[in-house]
This record gives sequence, structure tokens and C-alpha cells, in this order.
Amino acid sequence: MTTAQQDSPVAIRFSGVSRHFGAVKAVDNVSMEIYDGEFYSMLGPSGSGKTTCLRMIAGFEQPSAGSIQLHGREVAGVPPFERDVNTVFQDYALFPHMTVGDNVGYGLMIRKVPKAERKRLVGEMLELVRLPGMHDRKPSQLSGGQRQRVALARALINRPSVLLLDEPLGALDLKLRQDMQIELKAIQQQVGITFIYVTHDQEEALTMSDRIAIFNHGRLEQVGSPTEVYERPATAFVAGFVGTSNLFTGESAKRISGNDHAFTVRPERIRIISTDQAAPSGARVGDGVIKDVIYLGMNTRFLVDLDGGDTVIVMQQNLDNSASFDSSTRGQRVRLIWPIDFERPVVLE
Amino acid sequence: MRSDTALEPRAGWGLKIATGAGLLFLNFPVVVIILYTFTTETSAFTFPPPGLTFEWYGKLLAERPDFWRALGLSLQVAIAATTVAMILGSLIAFAVHRRSFFGKDVISLLVVLPIALPGIVTGIALRSSIVIFGVEFSIWTIMIGHATFCIVTVYNNVIARLRRTQHSQIEASMDLGASAFQTFRYVIFPNIATALLAGGLLAFALSFDEIIVTTFTAGQQQTLPIWIFNQLPRPRDRPVTNVAAVIVIAITFIPILLAYRFTNRVSET
Repeated sequence: MTTAQQDSPVAIRFSGVSRHFGAVKAVDNVSMEIYDGEFYSMLGPSGSGKTTCLRMIAGFEQPSAGSIQLHGREVAGVPPFERDVNTVFQDYALFPHMTVGDNVGYGLMIRKVPKAERKRLVGEMLELVRLPGMHDRKPSQLSGGQRQRVALARALINRPSVLLLDEPLGALDLKLRQDMQIELKAIQQQVGITFIYVTHDQEEALTMSDRIAIFNHGRLEQVGSPTEVYERPATAFVAGFVGTSNLFTGESAKRISGNDHAFTVRPERIRIISTDQAAPSGARVGDGVIKDVIYLGMNTRFLVDLDGGDTVIVMQQNLDNSASFDSSTRGQRVRLIWPIDFERPVVLE
Repeated sequence: MRSDTALEPRAGWGLKIATGAGLLFLNFPVVVIILYTFTTETSAFTFPPPGLTFEWYGKLLAERPDFWRALGLSLQVAIAATTVAMILGSLIAFAVHRRSFFGKDVISLLVVLPIALPGIVTGIALRSSIVIFGVEFSIWTIMIGHATFCIVTVYNNVIARLRRTQHSQIEASMDLGASAFQTFRYVIFPNIATALLAGGLLAFALSFDEIIVTTFTAGQQQTLPIWIFNQLPRPRDRPVTNVAAVIVIAITFIPILLAYRFTNRVSET
């Protein structure tokens, strides 16, 4: 899948892009390529530079250094209204004095598309975002989820080559957000436009993206498909930010693997057996004491203090309802095992 | 909303009477003025009026061209001062709202100062300046004087609205292909229009009945408030003066009512 996209033309190319606000390096020497038709997520904690990157693509910010190309054209100094990209804003930014129809048709009105044609296209677009017949409502009469759809329709109606989405689902509740994630992905495949999606929610990024770019402190840590960034995190930060990881460094790493190269293991790769059970060959072994048991419905999370002093998180699926490890297992001595193949070497900061 | 208020405890009789008494106290003088435009007496205020007549309305309409000149001048001054205030007030509001620059707080304070200072100080300051620069007192000096304090009402209304307007709307408009001018026309202006109008109407009402600053900035010209003031030493003219006052009430009341309606309608949505 990834290789197929890499055959597509490059929609956006960042080459050594930095953006400084005074002494703060909001974006620090970022280089990346985003391909045509891709659903590309920029994931990171707040202040990691992902939104600034998005705003530089839209034209609301200018890079302090480096170059940004949109379909091969250098865009430094090109104002937002001359760029073939549209944005869905975090706060929707709907025009409160206009009806839903006028909001959606705004871009067409600016481009002087005749009224009848405009009306037809707006109707089509409201159909696409599943808001038919909402033409004459005011934004204030809509729910959060509906406003979000209007914002999406307003941006998509211009048929931009790239659609930028700045945490568009952030204000919605969990259930609605999950529905919208699936719907957004479906819409993206239907219209075939490149989506660049900024989020701090790793699950959201994993759900929708073809590729994910993980940002931290203004730097790009890793770019890869959801499977790649989850299964083969390049850095300790990525391992910890995308899903949960057990990180072993220095002395701890040495105690377990024999050398001090840092590595991570996902909690769900670790199994708990009793201390009198023998570990299969090719498995790492660590003995310890169960410190805490947290029942999470589908899974149970264990915190295990290894004898060397490290605390390890273990996640086990609750496949039967026997509740074999309940809170009474606290303090019990156990043996942890995991296949060596599931250890991932990572780069520290 | 209705059901919510129904659940709240209702006001007791004592509070209702007190409220009524307060409102009566505030508006009683206005009622007196209106009543005594119809009296048959000329100088004294006996109650109840000995007889009712429309004579004074006719007299003011037919025999007092000086009143109509003063009314015309006041309207001209108010319209001019309001126009200047709407342009300058909103421009200052844009500048102060959008940019942060050295001395920004000082500027917003200086804008408010002419109305915060006692009118007599503004008046004497303007008069001194006008004399120093050797400008002849005229309708123009009155307009300039009024504009200095009318700017505030427009500025305050517009900047309050700008602060309530999402900035991302402007970015969204540009993002959708609108130039700066189109963004102003289709997004910014509709957002602030009612605030601008409300500020302008308040400015108009302020200018129309202003007397202190006007006294210092006018030459031989008589605005309506000055005309009324000059009527006071003439007891025989009192009913005619009352009629003039009622006309002023009517003219002032309309814009204030409109301003109230415009600002309220927007806060509902």
C-alpha cells in the first residue's frame, strides 16, 4: 500500500522547513513528502509543531527557513487565497451571519460561479456530508457534529488538491468522533483528495491514516504506515506516544538482553506465567511481583515490578470470564515472558 | 426559557411597588413636560392645568423660525459628527484589536478620555485650541468638538464586537479564496455592522442634545439645546419651550430605541 502511494506524484514537499517564533523553534528542520490522494496524519502532543506545519501549507504562516512546494511550485509568499488548498478549522470558523447554504457556497460565490450552478453544487455537497435539506439553517441552530460537517462541505466544495484538517473532531464526544472518523475516511476515498490531518489522538491517527508523521518538539520523529509506526517505532518517543510501550535503557536493557542498546516491548506481547513454568526457547524471561491489577473490561492491565527494579506494563485480553487474575493476585510472584522478535530497538532522544 | 423563569420565585408586592415608584421618580419630569405642552397657562405650573390646548404646537410651528434653524443645525452637526465618529472609531477599533504595538493601551485610553473628562474641561480645551489655531467659530468647530466624544461610542461598540468575533473566520474566508477586501465585505463588515450602527445611533443621540462642549465651540450659531437654554429667561415662552423639549425627546428616543434593538438581536443568536 505504501509503495503504491510512493509511485503517486508528490503533492507537498517540505525541505528543511523551520519556523521560529522569537527564540522558540516551533518547527525545526522538517523534511517530508506527502503524496497525491494520501490520508496523511500529523500526530504529536500540543506544541509539537504539527499545527504550525499545517498553517504553513495553508499560507497563514511563512517558514523562517527551508522551502515548501505544492505540486512542484514553491509557495513561499503566496497568500492563502491563491493556494489550491482548503482548511477545516478546529473551531469550524463558520460564518454566523450566513445560512448553511451560503457558508458552503462561499468559495463558489467568491469565484463568481452562477447562482443556479452554485445551488446545485451546494446541494450535492450537503448530500455528501449527510446534511440534506439543511440549506436555510443558521450555524447557531446546528449541533457540534453538524457544524463540523458544514465546515467539511465548505472546504470540499472548492475541489482543492489538498484538504487540511486541524483537529476537526476535537470538540465532539467519543461516540460521534468514532463515527466521524469512519465517515471522513470514506469521504476521502470517495473524493480522492489528499487529506492532511492534524491530531494529538494516536488512535484517531491509526484508524484513518495511510501514513502518520509523528512530531515532537518541532521535529519529525518518524513517518510510516500505522503498522510501521506501531510495530517498528524508530524512537523511544514514538514508542511511548503511539500506544503504550515498555522502554528498557542502559542498565535495565543490559540486565535483560545482555547489552545496553535501548529497546521497547509492547504490553500486549508479554505473557504472564507462574514462576514454576519453564519459558519456551527463544523467549526473554523476567521474574517479578504483581504491583497492581487494573480491570479495563476488554483487557486487564498489570503492573509488574521486576526483580531488577523496572516496572513493566502487561496487557492481557480477557478471553474468558474466569477472572484468573483479580486484585487478590497483587503481591504474587510471577514470570514474564516475551518472544525476542517483539523487542524493538529504538533511538533515544 | 419560559419554564425556567416560572420556577423562580416571583417578586413580592413590596418589591413591585418599590420598582414602580423608582420608575415613576425617574420619568415623572418627562411626563410633566409633556403634560404642560397642552396647558392654557403661559408662565406658572398649576396642577391640574386649568385648560388644555394645542395652541403652543401651532405657535412653535408657525411663528418660531429660530427654533427650526436651531433644530436644522443640530441635525446637521449630529449627522456630520456621527459620520466622522463611525469612520474613525471603527478604524481605531480595527487597529487596536488586530495589532499589538507600542503605546496601544495609551491609545485606547486616549480615545475614551474626551467622554470620561468632564464636558466643561473638554469644552475649554477645545475652545483654547480653536483660538490658538485662529480658526473661526462655525458649524465646523461644533462638529469637530462633538466628533471627539462621539468616536468613543462607536469605538467601544465595534471593538467589543470584534473581540467576540472568531478570528478563524477571517482565515477561513481567505482560505476559501477571498481577497482582503472581499473578506472585509462579506465577513468582517456583516459581523460588525449592527455594532457599528448601534454605536452610530448612540453617537447621534449624544451629539444631538450636547450643550456644554457646544457652548465653548459655537460662535453665533445656536444648536437646539442652546436655543432651549436661551428660552429659560422668557417665562411667557415656557409652553413653547416645552413643545420644543418634547420634539427633542422624540428625536433622541428613536435612535436609542433602535440601538437597543440592534444590539439585543445579535446577542440572542
